[in-house]
Amino acid sequence: MIVTMVVRRLGKISRLMGNRASTLLTSNGNYSPINRQSTSSTYRYSSDCNPTNKVLRNLPPYVKIVEVGPRDGLQNEKEIVLTTVKVQLIKMLVSSGLSVVEATSFVSPKWVPQLADAKDVMDAIRNIQGARFPVLTPNLKGFEDAVSAGAKEVAIFASASESFSKSNINCSIEDSLSRFRDVTSAAKELSVPVQGYISCVVGCPVEGMVPPSKVAYVAKQLFDMGCSEISLGDTIGVGTPGTVIPMLENVMNVVPLDKLAVHFHDTYGQALSNILASLQMGISTVDSSVSGLGGCPYAKGASGNVATEDVVYMLNGIGIQTNVDIEKLMLAGEFICKHLKQPPSSKTAVAWSSKKANSKL
Amino acid sequence: MWLVKRFSISFWLLVTMSSLEEPLGFDKLPSMSTIDRIQRFSAGACRPRGDDMGMGSCWMDGRSCSTSNSCDEDHEEYTGETFPWRRHVRDVSEGEAFNQRAKSLSKNRVKLGHVSKSRNWLDQQYSSKCNDRGIRNITNKFLKGIPKFVKIVEVGPRDGLQNEKTIVLTSVKVELIRRLVSSGLPVVEATSFVSPKWVPQLADAKDVMKAVCDIEDARLPVLTPNLKGFEAAVAAGAKEVAVFASASESFSKSNINCSIEESLVRYRSVCLAAKEHSIPVRGYVSCVVGCPVEGAIPPSKVAYVAKELYNMGCFEISLGDTIGVGTPGTVVPMLEAVMAVVPAEKLAVHFHDTYGQSLSNILISLQMGISTVDSSVAGLGGCPYAQGASGNVATEDVVYMLNGLGVKTNIDLAKLMLAGDFISDHLGRQSGSKTAVARCRVTTDASKL
Repeated sequence: MIVTMVVRRLGKISRLMGNRASTLLTSNGNYSPINRQSTSSTYRYSSDCNPTNKVLRNLPPYVKIVEVGPRDGLQNEKEIVLTTVKVQLIKMLVSSGLSVVEATSFVSPKWVPQLADAKDVMDAIRNIQGARFPVLTPNLKGFEDAVSAGAKEVAIFASASESFSKSNINCSIEDSLSRFRDVTSAAKELSVPVQGYISCVVGCPVEGMVPPSKVAYVAKQLFDMGCSEISLGDTIGVGTPGTVIPMLENVMNVVPLDKLAVHFHDTYGQALSNILASLQMGISTVDSSVSGLGGCPYAKGASGNVATEDVVYMLNGIGIQTNVDIEKLMLAGEFICKHLKQPPSSKTAVAWSSKKANSKL
Repeated sequence: MWLVKRFSISFWLLVTMSSLEEPLGFDKLPSMSTIDRIQRFSAGACRPRGDDMGMGSCWMDGRSCSTSNSCDEDHEEYTGETFPWRRHVRDVSEGEAFNQRAKSLSKNRVKLGHVSKSRNWLDQQYSSKCNDRGIRNITNKFLKGIPKFVKIVEVGPRDGLQNEKTIVLTSVKVELIRRLVSSGLPVVEATSFVSPKWVPQLADAKDVMKAVCDIEDARLPVLTPNLKGFEAAVAAGAKEVAVFASASESFSKSNINCSIEESLVRYRSVCLAAKEHSIPVRGYVSCVVGCPVEGAIPPSKVAYVAKELYNMGCFEISLGDTIGVGTPGTVVPMLEAVMAVVPAEKLAVHFHDTYGQSLSNILISLQMGISTVDSSVAGLGGCPYAQGASGNVATEDVVYMLNGLGVKTNIDLAKLMLAGDFISDHLGRQSGSKTAVARCRVTTDASKL
């Protein structure tokens, strides 16, 4: 505990020093910004805040972003994206500093034709250093395929809602947990880390509200079977801090905080405020998708995943380290949106592109 | 006998309430028996109690205060696994709470067995609940400071529409205002008396004011750039005005063609004249975080301008992040600086969603004690400094969040979304509100049943 406090304090000090480098404290006590000119003439607005302010006091000094665009994002696209494009996207994301990029899925191509090229993608990225590439594995067979294809980390996907479990993965929660225990046992023998996802942690498209205790139960099961991290997904994006906080509280009773991640959908525009509330609760891992790839399958045309660019913008502004270069990230977003022939679902990206365009005039 | 009645009602609630719905997967449609159990909850039919209204209640004339405005209470016993917890329920007597739940559920019960094609079909609000062990300090810390009631100042008809290139007919503007008022919004910025040379969209300000002069359920402030504008506004029937200063010198010069100090002098004249007419004046401060020319704006500058506006008689100061660059990291120090010189209850926040940051900024502002939020229906009003980018935060998204937090707003979200639909249809484009888009998609798919 003392070590944790010291590490946190050191993190805070380095964050403050980094922040103060972006402003000048003038002789009359005002803050004068040092403007950083980028290609888009974007000023960098970051925290000068009093670290003792209670609303920002205990935020984690560093947040790990788990980039899910290439898998969770692309899997919803109707038109098949070429393997080469997927691989290029992954490379660009890694070069922006993202340390975890969900590369693909070993779910049957019958269900997710977009990711039928999982083996080829894994083959093409096997030499990339500097990032981890978890892949989704629905069962033991998928796990074995993933390992043969070179996967060094896998993810499994349970639900806190019985109805959603049955409709989405065709089995009850308990049956899914049994399947996943086979995966985690096999993974343990091969020293392959397993991430656990939980869907419908606030609401379910069939059942409505999902009790926090149910989420905690599934989280505990996944943790006990050996998952190194549990990502809590608000699948239909209905959560607000009023429902997210009690859910997190329940889960934090049974799974250590540092093993938890949040995966908010922006269907109702609530993702960033939910992320902020989660950070205040001490969560330090956030899932997001470049350019907000991946709409909501339950409300066609509505948003789905929260955009990585918007998340990183907020974290930068608060002075939280991510090691992500937002401009390189936005270039990755531009790349994939151009290929998909659709505008980005990231407001930061849209604003940045507009300013870039104007600065060329 | 009362106890027996109460438990009967509870039991009845338990057996009639069913799962509460949000979007249904259109490819995973439930059976009709499931649909039969779906109930409709009106998110905003209730009005706040007088003693819950807190800040700004002096302007809520004529409102009857009896119930909460959230369907939270309807959720309370829907499942044996949840433990009911709502911040606002602390202030409502138990008997009253049960009566209200019974009333609204009896209304909803007639919808059993019917699939309503209205926007409200699945209008359930996911709202705050207690965990299994009750509220712990670690969560209280982040939610307990949030005000129980938030006043929303709707700026769509003025700040939203003024950016539209195609002139919107007066009748459409008036209809929008009426629909917004009927959704429960207590304050709707109606128009502006800035010269039509600069804002041609609002050249019909007098006609709009004439057409809304009979509206009593809401306040309808108008923008007035100077004494002349003020006089024109009063002649047109305005009962409340707003003035618009900047925390950035460059922006002041480029936007209103004068320095900050010169603008303050103008506004002092407006405030003096307003005082003589007993007309309240709202003060806006723009560029409270960043300026498109100068970059980051020092919090002390914002505090200075806010204090000047407050001292000259503005009853409320709205702090605007004009280019939407703020995040909690910059909003918090700015609010701290301003709150050191202007009381929190006199402050409002006006965030732009240009970088998608407004809801998180609003959340942090609420945690800091702010209880008035400006927003624009359907997110009307883009960013004039980044073409194609977002501008105002959408009122629907704000109300969705506040409902989920258990914060009262007095607003019926379903009616608000209808107002948003109306103006979006008229403008020929999709709503800028994600809540509105999500619910529209759900309703569309549900209508295929």
